[in-house]
Amino acid sequence: MTLPATIGEWISTAFFAAGAFFFLAGSIGLVRFPDVYTRLHALTKADNLGLGFVITGLAVGSDSWIVVVKLYLIWLLVIVTSATACYLVANAARSSGLEPWRAEDR
Amino acid sequence: MTLALEILAFAIMVTVALGIYRIERGPTGADRMLAAMLFGTSGVALTLVLAEIAGLGSLRDMALVFALLGALTSVSFVKRAWGAER
Repeated sequence: MTLPATIGEWISTAFFAAGAFFFLAGSIGLVRFPDVYTRLHALTKADNLGLGFVITGLAVGSDSWIVVVKLYLIWLLVIVTSATACYLVANAARSSGLEPWRAEDR
Repeated sequence: MTLALEILAFAIMVTVALGIYRIERGPTGADRMLAAMLFGTSGVALTLVLAEIAGLGSLRDMALVFALLGALTSVSFVKRAWGAER
């Protein structure tokens, strides 16, 4: 058992907890939501926010600036690609004739 | 500190397990692709966490490669696989 000792480690742990929460929320959305469009919404927003929290937690505990810059560049790349992929998948699903889910389909 | 990182790694692996359930259920190819995108994001996070636990800086470059490959897979899915399966 190694509990967080310093203030920085407690801050990191709080960011990790938030990151784990958003990751779990995103994948529960992926499992529970009714169609492709709603699942895209859960996945591309909640998961990237979770990744951002995890990366911020790692950056707080990191001891070199190069590592911090690299971590945030990875996050930037993931955000850009996930926004693009979200548009591409939604556009392909829409143009292939998949209708969005409506409340009366329940 | 390692304990918090290990719990975080476990939570990320739980999200991967939930993604496997979505791949199994489908119903369309796009739903399976979404689970693959989830694996991309979770893979990046998991690799970064493991880099911190193991103290291996080179794993961060691996995470960067995962992020790049995630972009390529979804583009190639939309361009190639989606049209072919219908």
